[in-house]
Amino acid sequence: MNKNLLGALAVTTALSPVAAMAQTEVQFWHAFTGRLGELVKAQVEEFNASQDEFVVVESHKGNYSETLNAGIAAFRAGEQPHILMVFEVGTATMMSAEGAIKPVYEVMAESGASFDPDAYIGAVKGYYTTTDGDMLSLPFNSSTPVLWVNRDAFEAAGVDPDTDLSTWENVGEVLDQLKAGGEDCPLVTAWQSWIHLENLSAYHDVPFASKDNGFAGLDTELMLNGPTQVAHLTAMGDWAKGGKFIYTGRRNEGGANFRAGECALFTESSAGYAGIKAEAEFDFDVRALPYWAGVISEPQNTIIGGASLWVMEGHDPEAYKGVGEFLSFLSSSGVQADWHQNTGYLPITAEAGVETRNAGFYEENPGTDIAVIQMTAKEPTANSKGLRLGSFDQIRGIIDEELEAVWSGEKTAQEAMDSAKERGDALLRRFESANQ
Amino acid sequence: MEKRVTFRGWLLPLVLIAPQVIISAVFFFYPAGQAVWQSLFIPDPFGLSSQFVGLGNFEFLLSDKFYRASFVTTAVFSTLVTLCSMIPALFLAVIADRLIKGSGVYRTLLIWPYAVAPAVAGVLWLFMFNTRVGVVSWYLGQLGYDWNHVLNGTEAMGLVVVASAWGRISYNFLFFFAALQSVPRSVIEAAAIDGARFWRRFFTIVLPLLSPTAFFLLVVNVVYAFFETFGVIHTITGGGPQQATTILVYKVFSDGFVGQDLGSSSAQSVILLIVVGLLTVIQFKYVEKRVHY
Repeated sequence: MNKNLLGALAVTTALSPVAAMAQTEVQFWHAFTGRLGELVKAQVEEFNASQDEFVVVESHKGNYSETLNAGIAAFRAGEQPHILMVFEVGTATMMSAEGAIKPVYEVMAESGASFDPDAYIGAVKGYYTTTDGDMLSLPFNSSTPVLWVNRDAFEAAGVDPDTDLSTWENVGEVLDQLKAGGEDCPLVTAWQSWIHLENLSAYHDVPFASKDNGFAGLDTELMLNGPTQVAHLTAMGDWAKGGKFIYTGRRNEGGANFRAGECALFTESSAGYAGIKAEAEFDFDVRALPYWAGVISEPQNTIIGGASLWVMEGHDPEAYKGVGEFLSFLSSSGVQADWHQNTGYLPITAEAGVETRNAGFYEENPGTDIAVIQMTAKEPTANSKGLRLGSFDQIRGIIDEELEAVWSGEKTAQEAMDSAKERGDALLRRFESANQ
Repeated sequence: MEKRVTFRGWLLPLVLIAPQVIISAVFFFYPAGQAVWQSLFIPDPFGLSSQFVGLGNFEFLLSDKFYRASFVTTAVFSTLVTLCSMIPALFLAVIADRLIKGSGVYRTLLIWPYAVAPAVAGVLWLFMFNTRVGVVSWYLGQLGYDWNHVLNGTEAMGLVVVASAWGRISYNFLFFFAALQSVPRSVIEAAAIDGARFWRRFFTIVLPLLSPTAFFLLVVNVVYAFFETFGVIHTITGGGPQQATTILVYKVFSDGFVGQDLGSSSAQSVILLIVVGLLTVIQFKYVEKRVHY
C-alpha cells in the first residue's frame, strides 16, 4: 500500500511539470463554501478529467462581496483570474467596466465552443444580456424567492395546511389564524429587499427603477416608493406590529428559525431547499410566492438572485479558448440538471429542466419545480427582466435600513421608501458620473 | 540644565533616524498622500477611468445627513467605549492591588480577554445576545424583557460598546495595575496615619499619581474606539439597525469595499485623519495640563 502510494507520488511529481507545460491554466474564482463549494469542485474536476488541453483551477475568495472585491483588486494589480463569479447585484458594476471584462458572447464566438444563447431560460438570460441581446456573462447559480410552509406548525395552530396561500390577501388571513392559534412566529423572511421589493415589483409588473429598471441607461432613478410597494410594506409593517411577521435580520438569518421549526411561513430563495431538506424535522412544502390579487389578476414572473460568471480581459487567446470550453461544459444540460437537483438553484437551460422532469425528480420531490414555473410561466416584461443598478449593494443596504424603520414602527412605509429613493438616487448619480 | 547628547557630524544621526523616517514615509505619508489625492476624484472601481471633481466628494459627504449623524454616533460610541473600558479596569486594578494572596492568578485571568481578537469577541457576544439562541437574551426574555438588537438601535449600540470595551478592560487593567504598584507606600502610609480612609486616600493621593497613566490610556482608548473596533461592529451589527452603529471608520469600509466608491471612501479617510489629528491636539493641549507627572 505504502509502496504503491510512494510510487504514485513519484510518478506524479515526475510527470506534473510536463503536464503543466502542455496544459493551459484557467483561473476560476468563486464564492462558494460548504456543500456548494464541493459541488463546484466536482464540476471542475469533471471538466479537467474530460480533456487534457486545459486545466481549470478553482479558488474560493470569500463571500460574494469579497469575491468581487478580490477580482477588482486583482485587476488593478494586473493579476486578474480568467473567470470571476459576480453576484447579480454587481452586474451593473461589471457591465460598466469596459476594458476589464470580455463579454461571454465574444469569448464563445472566438473559442468556437458550442454556444446557443437561446438555450437559456429567458428570465435568467435577460438579467445578463444587453438590450441588443448580447450575453455578457454566463448565468451560473440562479434562484428565485418562493414561500416555504411548515405544515406541522399550521396543524398545531389549528389551520388547514392546504389552505390557498397564493395571494397575500389569503396569507394575511392565515397569519391572523396562526397568531390566534398560538403561533409565535407566523412569518419570517430572508433577503427582505430582494423578496419584498425587487421581486414584489417584478411580480406585479411595476417598475423598481426608471429606464427599464436601469437596463436602458445609467440615468435611472428608483421608483420603489410607488403605491404597490408601499401598500405591501404597510401590510408587512402592520403584521410586524401585530407580532405576525418576525424580523430576524438583513440576510437569511430567518432560515435558522424556520429550519428549527419555530416559524410557520418563510419567504426565501428556492435555493434554501438543500438546507431545509437536510435540517427540517417537520413536514414542509413549497408554494409560489404570493401576490396581491387586488393589484394584478395574474402575477408576472419573479426575478433571479444568484451569480454569473464574468470573463476578465487581459489574457492569451489560447486561455480564452479554454474558458469557452469550460463555460460550454458548465451549461451542458447534464451538468445543469445535476446542479439544479442538488441545490435547488434553477436549471439555466430549458433542456436541463426537461431532463430533470423526465428523470422523475419533480415527482419524487414535489414543489421543486415551483420556482421554475414561477419564473418561466410568462414572458418577462421591462419591469420583470431584472435590475441593473450601479452601487446596488449599497442601495440594498439603504433599503434594509429603511425597512428596519418600517418594521420597528419608526416610519411609515411611504416615508421610508421616499427616503430610500432619495438616498439611493444620490448613489446612482455618483455611479453615473464615475462611469461616464 | 538639560543634558543633551550631541553628535559630531550629520551622517550618524541621519542613519539612526532613517529607519523611523522610512517607515513613516512608506506606511503613513505615502498612503495618506494617496488618500488626499484620490479624494479629489471619482474613479470607477477597476481604475480604468477617473473624473476630477475637486472637493465634490467632500461636498457630497457633508450634505449627507447620515454622514453627519455618523459623527455623533462615533462620538457617543468612543466616549462610551473609553469610559466602559477604563472605569472597570481601574476598579479591578485597585482591588487586585489590595490582594495579598493570589493576585497573580487574578491578574492572569483578567488579562486573558485581551488575547481575543475583536472580530472573535464580536462573535462571542453576538452568540450570547442572539435574539434566537442567545443565552443572555433568553434570560432577559424570562424576565419579561424583549431583547432585539436587530431592530433596536440603543440595544445595538449597547452591545457593540460592551463587546468593544470588554477586551480592552484587560489592557487598561495592566497599565493601571503597574501604575498602582509604583505609588510610593510611604505616602499612603503617612496619609493612613493622619486618619485618611481608603477611598479618601484613593481620591486625594492615588488618583492624581495615576493621572499620567490615565491620560495615556485615554488617548490610546479613543484611538482604539475610532479605528480598531471595526471587527466588532462588522460581526455584530454591520452598522445597523438603520445606521445606529455606523461609526466613521465603518462607513469608510462599507463605501470603499462594499460600494466600490473609492472617491468618497478616500474623502472620508481624509476627514477622519483631520478629526483624529484635532482630537489628539486637544487632548495634549488641554487635558495634559491637568495631568501631574
